[in-house]
Amino acid sequence: MRTARVVLPVLLLALALPAVAASSVPPPYGIVDANAPRDTPLRELGFQLYAGNCSTCHGPNGSGFPEAKPGLGSGGILGKAPSLHGVGELSADFYLRTGRMPLGHVGEQPNRGHVFFSDREIRALVTYVGSLGKGPPIPHPHPQRGKIAEGLQLFTQHCAGCHQIAAGGGYLPGAVAPALGQATPTEIAEAVRIGPYVMPRFGPQAISDKELDSIIAYVDYTNHPKDSGGWSLGHVGPIPEGLVTWLLAAAVLVGMCLALGSRLKS
Amino acid sequence: MKRWLTAGLMLLLGRRKRTLPAPEDERIVPPGGADLRAENAVILLLLAAAVCAAGFIAAYALGSIPNRTQFLGLALGLSFAFLAVACLVVARRLVVTEELEEEYSPVEHLEEQAAIQEIVTESGSRFTRKRLVKVAAGTAGGALGAALIAPAVSLGPILDTSAFYTTPWRRGRRLVDQGGNPFSAEEIFEKLFYTAFPEGAEREDLGAPIVVVRMEPAQLRLPSERSGWAPEGILAFSKICTHAGCAISLYRAPLFPPAGPKAALVCPCHYSTFDPATGGDVIFGPAGRPLPQLPLTVDENGHLRAAGNFSGPVGPSWWGVRRKDARS
Repeated sequence: MRTARVVLPVLLLALALPAVAASSVPPPYGIVDANAPRDTPLRELGFQLYAGNCSTCHGPNGSGFPEAKPGLGSGGILGKAPSLHGVGELSADFYLRTGRMPLGHVGEQPNRGHVFFSDREIRALVTYVGSLGKGPPIPHPHPQRGKIAEGLQLFTQHCAGCHQIAAGGGYLPGAVAPALGQATPTEIAEAVRIGPYVMPRFGPQAISDKELDSIIAYVDYTNHPKDSGGWSLGHVGPIPEGLVTWLLAAAVLVGMCLALGSRLKS
Repeated sequence: MKRWLTAGLMLLLGRRKRTLPAPEDERIVPPGGADLRAENAVILLLLAAAVCAAGFIAAYALGSIPNRTQFLGLALGLSFAFLAVACLVVARRLVVTEELEEEYSPVEHLEEQAAIQEIVTESGSRFTRKRLVKVAAGTAGGALGAALIAPAVSLGPILDTSAFYTTPWRRGRRLVDQGGNPFSAEEIFEKLFYTAFPEGAEREDLGAPIVVVRMEPAQLRLPSERSGWAPEGILAFSKICTHAGCAISLYRAPLFPPAGPKAALVCPCHYSTFDPATGGDVIFGPAGRPLPQLPLTVDENGHLRAAGNFSGPVGPSWWGVRRKDARS
């Protein structure tokens, strides 16, 4: 009983120490004012977050910097980012929800990563960026209305060149086409309309909203494909599958030869 | 049922041992008794194979069971496996094997061998112009060899390369999409790429398919002789890679050009990468020469038309690709 009374505060102190240490160092990303009142209007909160996390690259009013501005950068970050006027809530939602922004350093490919903002903070930033100029709203796709077969056809035509037919991702010189396993329907719809990093941008003339539903339905299907054979081998395709089968069969055949044959006794 | 089981058991176990009729001292194969255990094992294995095969039929008939494919494969696989083990047991335990050794016979017929040797030396040769015959044989062999190698010429054209320079594209021919609808300039958006074909021409021709992209006119760095080839910044290139002839099906289109790789047409086979802004120059990969560019114009209806033929021969390169002037 006495030991417990001593151990418990020590334990609590040990647990609290790293937290205190962490709070004394300003976090690289995240909310500007952790004690901001809960009833701050979304756009106001978004503006504060923008000023603290985005403005060194995207400019004080989202005007962007086409060239690096060493004088403006803080914390080793040099401004060199596109203008956010007119990108709309769609782009902001995509880049923030997937953790692609804030970017680690200028020039790198924005990849899916840790999301530093809470849901309310993201909504605040999205509202603020959306208010910077007239731009597309967050899309609301309906993959349940799409046809998987049509989606496969469209995906083959427009997406599989880089993302591979099973949406497992791929490469092209200077960039990585991400796997689409974690992408939500909204994120896929957003990415198609934005064309992030070096991806082509497909407007409604190239891929209609209805076709987009089918593409999303197909991508969703690739996450849980019907593997009739049971063993998918990572959906790498029929040629590696055949090779694996032949390897297994060859081992069995060698085993049979060993079992059947016998050494000549001399 | 019980009676059937008893009958089966009797069949399996109630056989008499067969006696071998030959007397002991004349035998070549040493005597060996029947291997009842192995025989039983073989019968059981064959029955198991039959049961598994029947299981396959049952799984096939019952359409609604979960993981049906797996059960089908398992049943068939096990059936084959039992059959294989049964054959194995038969081969190892029931088929009588006997190893026989035979010595090589000693050298025989010494006199005959000597006679043959003598015949050969006495016969001599009937050739009087040995060298001429050798030359004739050499000529025949050489010509035959050349005839065999000759088809290799098809690997790279030497005599007639006009097919690589004459394409369906002519001045004034409209660009159409897969459905045959003409492309208008305003339908071509930046950051997207389009595949187009010549209107009213064979699409399977190597020179027919092209890729069309739109870029900021200020970003273009086309050679001076190609000024006016890209109206409104719309560029067209052969869709066939100059390395191995795959279709250019990837377009690297940067969202924010200052921070990222520049726009490029990429072949998915070996990642040959071409810069559309400079007229199709190779910026990466194994391709040895630029992607042929097609000059474009916009007609009074806003439709895209070819303004001539490609800047160079289309398709994969061959050894004499640089010998001839491209625009002929």
